[in-house]
Amino acid sequence: MRIPLGTLRILVLLGVFATTVLFFASQIDGYLNARLFNRISGSVAVIALIAVGQAFVVLTRNIDLSIGSVVGCAAYFTGGILIAYPDLPPPLVPLLAMGIGAVFGAVNGFLVARFRLPSIIVTLATLALFRSILVQSSDGSSITTNRLPTWLTEFATTNAFTIGELQIRWIVIVSIVVVLTAHVFLTRFRAGRTFFAIGSNPDAAAFAGLNAGRTIFLAFVISGALAGLAGFMFLSRFGNITVVAGLGLELKSVGAVVVGGVNIFGGSGNVLGVLIGAALIDLIDTSLVRWELVSAFWREAVLGLLILLAVAADTVLMRRLLRRKPTGGTR
Amino acid sequence: MTALRSWEGFLFVVLILIYAVNTWNSPVFLTVGNQINMFQLSVEKIIVALVMTFVIINGEIDLSVASVMGLAACAFGWMVQAGVPAGGAVMIALAIGVLCGAFNAFWIVGFGIPSLVVTLATMIAYRGFARVLVEDRGISDFPDWFDALGQKGLIGPVPLAMILFAVLSVVAFLILQRTAFGRKVYFIGASRAVAEYSGLNVRAVKAKIFIASGLISALAGLLFAARVGAVRGDIANGFELDIITMVLLGGVSIFGGAGTMSGTILAILIVLALRNGMALVNITGHIQTGVLGILLILSVTVPIIRETGGRLIARVR
Repeated sequence: MRIPLGTLRILVLLGVFATTVLFFASQIDGYLNARLFNRISGSVAVIALIAVGQAFVVLTRNIDLSIGSVVGCAAYFTGGILIAYPDLPPPLVPLLAMGIGAVFGAVNGFLVARFRLPSIIVTLATLALFRSILVQSSDGSSITTNRLPTWLTEFATTNAFTIGELQIRWIVIVSIVVVLTAHVFLTRFRAGRTFFAIGSNPDAAAFAGLNAGRTIFLAFVISGALAGLAGFMFLSRFGNITVVAGLGLELKSVGAVVVGGVNIFGGSGNVLGVLIGAALIDLIDTSLVRWELVSAFWREAVLGLLILLAVAADTVLMRRLLRRKPTGGTR
Repeated sequence: MTALRSWEGFLFVVLILIYAVNTWNSPVFLTVGNQINMFQLSVEKIIVALVMTFVIINGEIDLSVASVMGLAACAFGWMVQAGVPAGGAVMIALAIGVLCGAFNAFWIVGFGIPSLVVTLATMIAYRGFARVLVEDRGISDFPDWFDALGQKGLIGPVPLAMILFAVLSVVAFLILQRTAFGRKVYFIGASRAVAEYSGLNVRAVKAKIFIASGLISALAGLLFAARVGAVRGDIANGFELDIITMVLLGGVSIFGGAGTMSGTILAILIVLALRNGMALVNITGHIQTGVLGILLILSVTVPIIRETGGRLIARVR
């Protein structure tokens, strides 16, 4: 019996995750308890959203480096609109944030899909451009918690239900629903499979009559919209939004995607893996702060090396597998 | 007329236009002091842009340059604070740059992982090491001779920055356009497979370029430290955007194989004059960066539009 490669990846990831938890549990007193879950589940919820968006883009052989600026803009503008119109019905607000994010994503998608520009250049440029739009329109002032409606700032800490001491927050539920929807869409729907087809072999996809431009555009819009939703959660969690909100999130999202086993050349990957990747990165991030042996400043260095190791391991593993069956196989 | 049709000719016209507009807007712009200042304030970016030209023509990218700058500068600051003589600390910081470049090359050349991914990861990691070294402190109090290198004139009013830019530009130009190594860089960038079948040592060329990129970035980081007389964990953060913009605006193809050193040098002058001109009329740094972002998109869009336009004209004829 052979385990499919995708399932194997997920199992390996879960193993690494469990090992990491056990390692920190042996290093930090009182580490393994419900508070650990409550603490990281909120931030994983935000990172998982943008990582899933990033995964759509990466599947099509592109990358979205502007995502941190989109989160910042969505959080800031949504907050600004709520301050101006505090009576906006609550269900509309996350949709509004997603709309704002989608517009930014559409700009990226248009430039990449219409002009066939390399996405790394376009989004490196819009990373700066979107941030300067935020700085310019905010005039340096911040959104503060006390000016926002209370329902919003309470939303992030409201529990959907609790299991013993484990608190399952609404934002976690929303995030999991998004991940599962994306998973079902990508694996069970024709439109979802198109993302894989475009990424794994653009020429073959073109011969098969698939519209690459439209799919890539859609990927960037999805990435923007999910970044917008993440911006809403960001606003709800922190309340205070300055012009640097969301700075550096693009690197975490790329990290989660790559660690989660999505091929950086596009064409293969699984958003459930991305969710575990996001959780792993956040777990290491939060735990390093509490580990007495090293300073908290190791976080970035560890994240960078982790991404590198994940990609290297994946490359070596894939090559081994391909060498073992030179006649080609089911993949 | 034909000279004007080339990308370099176009850049030259743009450069003259920007100089004209800036002179019109501000009487300060054309003064010797301001022109020197302009180079001094950006030397660290422009020398890295020169080596980035090699990297991109070779069909690769190095996103970690700004983090190498930061790491070298922070390592220097950390060593000086720990009592290492500044001269020795400079040498060690440069060696760290070489190591960073070699580490990138190890994964890119040795494992065949795309440079985009490797340098994205090391961009985070090197920046992380810089933060580990200085944490959230700022380190200053460098020896006077070190600060003077970045702040005062070396020969008369001409600072080290300008001399370095002039010398390195000539060296980079000669290596890229007049040596066999330069031809190899183009050849590999245009078609790696053909280069390999032709018996070129593709790996050695790529490794050399990435190591050079690390070394020059470390030098740039030290120059930056000397200019501001202090280092912090976020020093040179985000500079890769400016550097890559300069190179691509210079007409270097992001897909490799095409571009010239003179194009990059003209683009450097354009970006410098543009930023300086905007600063003189009180446009803030964030907006300047936004304008550079637009410029970057335009610089990759224009060749594509020109190509489609040319094809349309050819069809009409």
